[in-house]
Amino acid sequence: MTESILRLTVNGALHTVVTSSHRTLLEVLRKDLDMTGTKHGCDLGECGACTVLVDSKPMLSCITLASQVEGREITTIEGLSDGPFPDELQTAFSELGAAQCGYCTPGMILSSRSLLDTNPDPTTDDINEALAGNLCRCTGYVAIISAVHLAATRTLGRAE
Amino acid sequence: MHAVGTAGPRIDGMEQTMGRTKYTDDMTLPGMLIGRLARSTQAHARIISIDTSAAEALDGVKAVLVGTDLPITYGILPVSQDETALAVGKVRHVGEPIAAVAAIDAETAERAVDLIKATYEPLDTVASIDGALLEDRDLIHGEGKGLNVHRTAALEFGDVDEGLASADHIREDVFYFAGNTHAALELHAALATAEPGGRVTLWSSTQVPHYVHRTLAKVLEMPAGQIRVVAAPVGGGFGGKTDPFSHEIVAAKLAMVTGRPVKFTLTREEVFYAHRGRHPVLMWVKTGFDTEGRITACHFKTFLEGGAFGSYGAASLYYTGALQTSTYQIPNYRFEGVRVFTNKPPCGPKRGHGTPQPRFALECQLDKAAEDLGIDPVAIRLINAVEPNSMTVNHLRITSCALSECIERVAEASGFKEKFENLPAGKGVGIAVGAYMCGAGLPIYFNEMPQSEVQIKVDRGGGVTVFSMATDIGQGSTTMLATVVAEVLGLEPSDIAMVTADTDLTPVDLGSYSSRVTFMGGNAALEAGTAVKDRVFAAVADKLGAPIESLVAQNGRIEDAEEPDTGVSWAEAVALAIASGGPLIESGSYRAPKLAGPYKGAGVGISPAYSYSAAVVEVDCDPDTGIVTVDKVWLAHDIGQSINPLLVEGQIEGGVYMGLGEALFEADDFRGALHRGPSLLDYKMPTSLDMPPVEAILIDSDDPEGPFGAKEVGQGPLLPVIPAVANAIWNALGIRMDQTPFTPDKIVAALRDVARGKPGRFGPKEVPAFEFPPLIMVEPPEGFPTGRIHIEVGVS
Ligand code: FES
Ligand code: FES
Repeated sequence: MTESILRLTVNGALHTVVTSSHRTLLEVLRKDLDMTGTKHGCDLGECGACTVLVDSKPMLSCITLASQVEGREITTIEGLSDGPFPDELQTAFSELGAAQCGYCTPGMILSSRSLLDTNPDPTTDDINEALAGNLCRCTGYVAIISAVHLAATRTLGRAE
Repeated sequence: MHAVGTAGPRIDGMEQTMGRTKYTDDMTLPGMLIGRLARSTQAHARIISIDTSAAEALDGVKAVLVGTDLPITYGILPVSQDETALAVGKVRHVGEPIAAVAAIDAETAERAVDLIKATYEPLDTVASIDGALLEDRDLIHGEGKGLNVHRTAALEFGDVDEGLASADHIREDVFYFAGNTHAALELHAALATAEPGGRVTLWSSTQVPHYVHRTLAKVLEMPAGQIRVVAAPVGGGFGGKTDPFSHEIVAAKLAMVTGRPVKFTLTREEVFYAHRGRHPVLMWVKTGFDTEGRITACHFKTFLEGGAFGSYGAASLYYTGALQTSTYQIPNYRFEGVRVFTNKPPCGPKRGHGTPQPRFALECQLDKAAEDLGIDPVAIRLINAVEPNSMTVNHLRITSCALSECIERVAEASGFKEKFENLPAGKGVGIAVGAYMCGAGLPIYFNEMPQSEVQIKVDRGGGVTVFSMATDIGQGSTTMLATVVAEVLGLEPSDIAMVTADTDLTPVDLGSYSSRVTFMGGNAALEAGTAVKDRVFAAVADKLGAPIESLVAQNGRIEDAEEPDTGVSWAEAVALAIASGGPLIESGSYRAPKLAGPYKGAGVGISPAYSYSAAVVEVDCDPDTGIVTVDKVWLAHDIGQSINPLLVEGQIEGGVYMGLGEALFEADDFRGALHRGPSLLDYKMPTSLDMPPVEAILIDSDDPEGPFGAKEVGQGPLLPVIPAVANAIWNALGIRMDQTPFTPDKIVAALRDVARGKPGRFGPKEVPAFEFPPLIMVEPPEGFPTGRIHIEVGVS
């Protein structure tokens, strides 16, 4: 097993990791950096649970080699909040019951974040499209869609 | 009520959304080893040898186990102790665990698994219901050849022949419900440690820590008191984490053998092999009706494909016959069922456990009968609907029941009548109903002990900690318990600290299955909370010189209702109670009233209450491609009383979603005995793009025995969705989908038949000629249908 030294910028901090070179970003986050907020439901790119943001775009960390994302900005669910202050999406998801078991939630929220960054006032169709790669087995997506709308509304400062 | 009935977030909601919830696989312990299972490549074979020497010799491998290291059999039901942690002697399905490895990391463990060489002598593969009913096949359980029948049931209530003879119209139909799976997003995982003194601790993604605890004690041959099982937060269950599993037992054993923590996390493919999903069921239904559509008699036959082990199957079998009568007044009822073994991953309980399949058949047949008789689908359901406070012919006690109101409200909200008659071709609406238990009336192991216990400890500063083994699998049971206690004590749910699902710390709750926790755990929490409140009130009454009856707990204070200004803060009140009576620790429990009728099998289907649902589904079908798009679902649910309407609606939306998945896409597909696509890519489930809007209508029937009148919502709402889709497709295209899932190929095939002048129907034509055992004849309950109703007084 060949080891390599990776320099990864995760949630604004630079981490130097000595790890086997074939490790996926998911494995490095969860095993080497003990950042277990990123989940996994298939390890094959099928469920979206492992979604993280790389330069603000959603990526499936289970099918991304860690070495591919050196030098890029990686954001995980742990880094979405500003210390104890949650992102609007995190608050809205909790308030509206968009997390039941919560297992899809980190990936869902990160995909939603990326959507709102590029499209601050999405339609329901836009949201459905953006989240189509994130499976949820609990909510039927209904509360999730509402939560994304709510977060958008609040960010835009519109009346709820 | 200030807390109960308020739509609030889960008390752990922010933890979840900020990624801080620690699921089993998120845990790491110092020196932890990683476990992996070697699995059978054969469907049915005698094990000649398993050579683990190369695996053991691999650097980094700390231990390897095979079946003979853990030879004691187990199974969730006392009557089906037919599994071993690792196969002993033979394998019964592809993917059955045959050996286990613990190694320093996942890569090493995987390489070790690849080095394990098993040699087999193949046996006959049984891969279908028909195959299992052949006499010349090797037995999956037992020696020699014969019928691979697991269990049978044959019951008659009333006189079906007479009921059919008096009918004006009789229908006979055959249906098939495909097997499908839970696919909870979290992969099953277990982490075990063994202390030098011998105590073993297991964290697991399980819905039933109590039963895992029992199983470990049995298989490891250890006193239960030496074992601690903790259900970590569970990333979805739906019944898929309700059995004790191989990896849980093996993790504990490997931790004992190596002296180091051992963690197993199954791959998605392995989860498909662990399975316990929805049974495929073939059904034959013959029902008589009078001219107004009233049911005169019903004869129901079910054939369940059980897969390789018993699991919950003995109960699942009876469930395919038990709840037909919970929605419709069936005066004469015959149920014959058989569950067979096949060489496939074992089936078990999935959301609705054994009842969605017959519900699909019954609701589709009723729709056809309405068509035959020229009655509308709403009217035929209303005329047959069961009444509150009645007995069913098979001795189910119905107390609160808003079925008729569910039907009326959902029909009205959806504009059913108007749409049913007027929607253009290709569009259609369908209606169906369902009912589900609020907890199985009997525990899995019959005993006189409570089914739920709750303990409350109040700190001197006023902090309230609730201890309960109830397991939150996403349904919100932890928040529900906190809400019940907060209501009683005049606090907010977020004020309550919760300790759950830990056999060392929490008193028993049997687990999150059969939709039992709100009703049973909720009642236990209500009793415990009331005991705390009584002590606090007594102390405050003393202090204030006010009568206890005039005290109220509200806004974090204990006040005199007459003079709200007099009163003390909650913390002061607690100090008074501790000063006068010692530690403020109280408990409560719940045990269901004895409800079982006088026959074998009567334990299945009884429950202290039933939730009711009715659904209308509107579809848009493309006759060229066969693609069915669901435009909207309306679902009315008799919840009794919502403890938390936000969480109730979430369960309804999730149930509708899962029902739509089963209706349109989901099926476990096999090539022979080999799963065709054990992955989330091949196993199609709805995405956000497939999900229609859902309009949930909550109906409060105020159950006399439920906590604050509450009933279940986790499973019931799924039931009507599947047949409502089938009935909507009929309304849209004039074809009957008598087999799930309603995929484009089936729709197109049925439409082609119509074009050829044949009946437009997709489904099985017949059932095997199986000889069921002689019928057990059971008298209907005394004074049927309204006699012998006993509602437990004293249950709040
Ligand atoms: S774990 Fe990466 S997509 Fe499922
Ligand atoms: S909340 Fe459970 S998978 Fe989405």
